[in-house]
Amino acid sequence: MNRLRVLLVDDEEDLVTTLVERLSFRNIEAMAKTTGAGAIEALKAEPFDVVVLDAKMPGMDGFQVMQIMKELRPDIRIILLTGHASHECRTKALEAGACDYLLKPVDIEALIETMTAAVER
Amino acid sequence: MVFRKFFPVGRRDKAEEQEENLSRYRRLWRFSVLITATVSLAPLIILAVTSFFQYQKAFKAELLEPINRLTGVAKHSLEFFLEMRVDALKLLVSEKTFDELVDSEMLARTFRNTKRAFGGFVDLGIIDSSGRQISYVGPYNLQGAQYQDQDWFHEVTLREFYLSDVFMGKRRFPHFIMAIKHERSNGDFYVLRATIDSEMLNDKVRSLNFRPSSDAFVINTSGILQTPSKTYGKVLSRCPLTVPPFSESGEVIEITDDNGHQYVLGYAYIANSPFIFMVLKDPARLASNWLSSTRQMAVFTAISIVLILILTMGTSSYFVSRIREADQKREAMLHQAEYTAKMASIGRLAAGVAHEINNPLAIINEKAGLAKDLIAITEQFPNKERFLKLIDSISYSVDRCRSITHRLLGFAKHMDMREETIDLEVLIKQVLGFLEKEAEHRNVQINIDVPPDFPSIVSDRGQLQQVFLNIVNNAFAAVPDNGRIDIRMERRPEDRVAVIISDNGTGIPEHLMSKIFEPFFTTKNGYGTGLGLSITYGIVKKLGGDIAVQSKEGEGATFVVLLPSG
Repeated sequence: MNRLRVLLVDDEEDLVTTLVERLSFRNIEAMAKTTGAGAIEALKAEPFDVVVLDAKMPGMDGFQVMQIMKELRPDIRIILLTGHASHECRTKALEAGACDYLLKPVDIEALIETMTAAVER
Repeated sequence: MVFRKFFPVGRRDKAEEQEENLSRYRRLWRFSVLITATVSLAPLIILAVTSFFQYQKAFKAELLEPINRLTGVAKHSLEFFLEMRVDALKLLVSEKTFDELVDSEMLARTFRNTKRAFGGFVDLGIIDSSGRQISYVGPYNLQGAQYQDQDWFHEVTLREFYLSDVFMGKRRFPHFIMAIKHERSNGDFYVLRATIDSEMLNDKVRSLNFRPSSDAFVINTSGILQTPSKTYGKVLSRCPLTVPPFSESGEVIEITDDNGHQYVLGYAYIANSPFIFMVLKDPARLASNWLSSTRQMAVFTAISIVLILILTMGTSSYFVSRIREADQKREAMLHQAEYTAKMASIGRLAAGVAHEINNPLAIINEKAGLAKDLIAITEQFPNKERFLKLIDSISYSVDRCRSITHRLLGFAKHMDMREETIDLEVLIKQVLGFLEKEAEHRNVQINIDVPPDFPSIVSDRGQLQQVFLNIVNNAFAAVPDNGRIDIRMERRPEDRVAVIISDNGTGIPEHLMSKIFEPFFTTKNGYGTGLGLSITYGIVKKLGGDIAVQSKEGEGATFVVLLPSG
């Protein structure tokens, strides 16, 4: 299997940069973005396999970003990451085209497993 | 619901509030009874009193009128009886000459004719002005009898007419006399004297008194019976009644005789005679009808009053109790709405807090993870093992925080009504998660027994969490330290499941068993709202289930929650 290329989007810079570093130790190529606009630009430039997207961000929220990304790359795998779990939120995410939905704080191994499963699906 | 603990703070306030509420409903009840009873009883009492007086008036009129009438008739009749005889004697002296009257044969003939015409005459005599009886016809030998010294003779010479009382005299039977003075042409005078058998008077009085219930008789002005009396005996006995005051016409009075008997007395003075006609009626006998009617009326009124009072009190109790129930329902609904709103706010707050905490928690988690990765890949890291242990400890704490925030989010997300498939064992374990620290500190043992084939059910997760949280909370409050709570699940017929929660706490006193699901019933004086079990009951019913409780004071309580499985 090719090396996974992941785009991590979260307004918490500390979180995404740490995750990028940790994923690199696990042979996963990851890029961190802290805004929705930056993430969309990155997706246009790079052929990522999967996007891990925070649902709640200032400016464009995760759902808006996901909608644009899906228009740009209908086949892109998106995993929504959030600190807020509600049934509505989960349903909305899956209906909008997300592959999965994870609640912060997430275990790194569980994140990798979810991303791998999403790409293989 | 706490059966064991008492919270002195606020206890007095709660008791005072309950007492004030009760007092308000009692006042309302009393006011209702007073108004309704007054409105109902006032016309009845006014009617009864008015009827009593009107009936009394009518009865008196009915009682006195016949006596009054009889007295009047008797007065006229007796006066006529005497006048007829006096007139007969007057006719004799005016029609007959003195010589004719002193003639024995003529006097005897005249006596026979008079006796035949009027009856009752016993004898007839002529007495000259010196008081000597100069002529006599009758059964006695009274020719030449001297009356000069007798009172009656003096009186007749003065007043020209004399009518005696009834007396025995020389004739040895009750009689009375009539005497008339007549002036002769020579200036002298004589007296015509007749003796009349008082039996004639008796017959006359008897004929007047046709009512067997009354006693009619004649007395003289000294109170001596002139005719026999059914009540007071023979002629010439003393009548124990006080001689009534003189009156021109007949009178009716209430009187008590010397023996203490009360009577209604009708009397009439007979003109130009010493006689007083009297008729007695026993008021007790007369009043028997009156008393019977009055008693009937009193009994009817009393029964009506009692019935009205019972009905009024019953109706007031019913309506006040309905008002109280409506007030309680309204208050319970308000409290429930308030409670639900409060729970929703708590849910939103919990969700907000969980969300805000989750982000820094994620950073801590990743930083710790990165640190661990870096230490792991560095060959010669000083105190490597110790650092890895410290990082594991941080990760463990993050996990604990994560489970807390996830539980809070789980609680918040189930506030809305939604049916879903629920594993009751998982749900109850989630609920127990909120209480695990208390169970740990107080060493409360919790056992969960679920049969292997126990089914999942379709219900509302949030509502069920609230139900079991309330019951388990109460069980925690009731058990002592080192206590035990058993949670057992069973399949029940008709596609139902039962969750049985037993504790070995203080139990519920028998007299409170019927009240524990009532809104505002609490034993947590000043602490509980009294709504926990009431809301629990409402939710279980809403979910199509049922809830029951069994308990013995001092031996714990068992709550059985029945739920439809699908």
